[in-house]
Amino acid sequence: MGEFVLKARDLNKSYIQRSGRFGFGTTKVKALDNVSLDLKHGSTLAVVGESGSGKSTLARCLLQLQPLDSGSVLFQGRDLAELPAHELREQRRHLQMIFQDPFASLNPRMRVGEIVGEGLLIHRLGNQEEQRERVVQILKRVGLSEADMLKYPHEFSGGQRQRIGIARALVLNPKVVVCDEPVSALDVSIQAQILLLLKELQQEMALSYIFISHDLRVVRHVADEIAVMYQGKIVERGAIDDIYRSPSQEYTQNLLKSIPGQRALALSN
Amino acid sequence: MAHLLNIENLTITPVNAPNRKLVNQVSFSIEPGKTTCVVGESGSGKSLTALSVMGLLSDQLNRASGKVEFQGRDLAKLSADEMRQIRGRQIGMIFQEPMTSLNPVLTIGYQIGEPLTVHLGLKGDALKAKVANLLEQVGIPPHRANSYPDELSGGQRQRVMIAMSIACQPAMLIADEPTTALDVTVQAQILSLLNDLKQTMNMGMLLITHDFGVVADVADHVVVMFRGDIVESGSVADVLGKPKHPYTKALLDCVPDAEGRKPLKPIDYAWLNDGKVA
Repeated sequence: MGEFVLKARDLNKSYIQRSGRFGFGTTKVKALDNVSLDLKHGSTLAVVGESGSGKSTLARCLLQLQPLDSGSVLFQGRDLAELPAHELREQRRHLQMIFQDPFASLNPRMRVGEIVGEGLLIHRLGNQEEQRERVVQILKRVGLSEADMLKYPHEFSGGQRQRIGIARALVLNPKVVVCDEPVSALDVSIQAQILLLLKELQQEMALSYIFISHDLRVVRHVADEIAVMYQGKIVERGAIDDIYRSPSQEYTQNLLKSIPGQRALALSN
Repeated sequence: MAHLLNIENLTITPVNAPNRKLVNQVSFSIEPGKTTCVVGESGSGKSLTALSVMGLLSDQLNRASGKVEFQGRDLAKLSADEMRQIRGRQIGMIFQEPMTSLNPVLTIGYQIGEPLTVHLGLKGDALKAKVANLLEQVGIPPHRANSYPDELSGGQRQRVMIAMSIACQPAMLIADEPTTALDVTVQAQILSLLNDLKQTMNMGMLLITHDFGVVADVADHVVVMFRGDIVESGSVADVLGKPKHPYTKALLDCVPDAEGRKPLKPIDYAWLNDGKVA
């Protein structure tokens, strides 16, 4: 196994969008335009860009939740698109996702225990007792309790729900976790808790993260490497310190200049 | 000097639970040409404070005590009609969601023109010219007046909201998380637009946000709220540079800095609950 756990090569994906008066016309939108990236073992690769830049499409395509027009995603050296269905399902336990909206991404009719345990059930890991133990263990790890298993998502706050989403993603001991704006719906104080939790879990479980975000302050704290997307293309990528210190592309420079709070920096220095 | 807006001991409670204070004895004021930022987490009472200034509190909530004075007039003593004269004319308001606060079946030109017709009686060519002028002021090409909201991007819709709220040259603008739903680059544009307008029109601004970065960029005065109480207020340099209250310090500690030098520190609520925060 090489240095990289996940490699994407020349991903292309476009959508046909209705346009014009009453939507009778069509426009082709390139959501991914020859996107390539490499995710190192145990590291975090941040993908940043504005809305419409193709970050979320990238997330979904990497996990084969959406078919690509062309290009390949290699997980531990194997092309996911070429795997037979049952093998792809097998691999999916290693590829998990944490979603942005903690209110929309949990089934309101399922109990937390069922939500978190569903993956174990589908992948037939352990007997009932073992599955239960594993669910309790991961819930405790993310800061919830055994009693929470019987509750429904609406009984939790936004931050707690995001913890449930994290538990659901990590219960199968995945290798790669795609985090799609995991903290952008949360208050700053809760955001800090969740970011620290994600960092701790990364070390304990040797996780590799693809961290999708539009907040460059957050990215600075979690990422090792960064890829900047603009209109479906990766316009710049590299080690986090290099990009923040000396961005080479005008678009990246603009993004960095737009971070609010520059005046505070001036005040404190 | 008389304040533009003066809030004194404002307390808001639910009608059916008069002892639960959602906003507790809140006092602060706003000066012409200055921006006051109210910062806090969800549930701290910042939006309720703004809504009660506009007289838009839900029926389920009750203004238990306190006074809101605008240009020396007590807003609670005004009739519904008089309040309507002030809302949109003297005080403009921008809401958080540019996607949901515009009417989808009316052109943006019509929506920007409506307050001008209602409050100032503008009609015909004069109205058209004024709307074009407002669009230009917020950086939208005037020919877009005939567009519907769904034909605009999020940033453009927020600009339309701003154009609507400043149409009648209000003395004060209330903006409730005006940039939270927007991209950083658009956010920077909107904030500098608001700053320019504030200066050219000498508008007082009440800006509600939970983003300390935004506060640092636009505020003159900062009010920090926690669970209905004001825990600290002062000039932006004092509150951000030398925070006195432990909650303010804790809140500042969980904001990630763009340098990545400072470790993140979540708020220890257990410690705050111990009654150390009064």
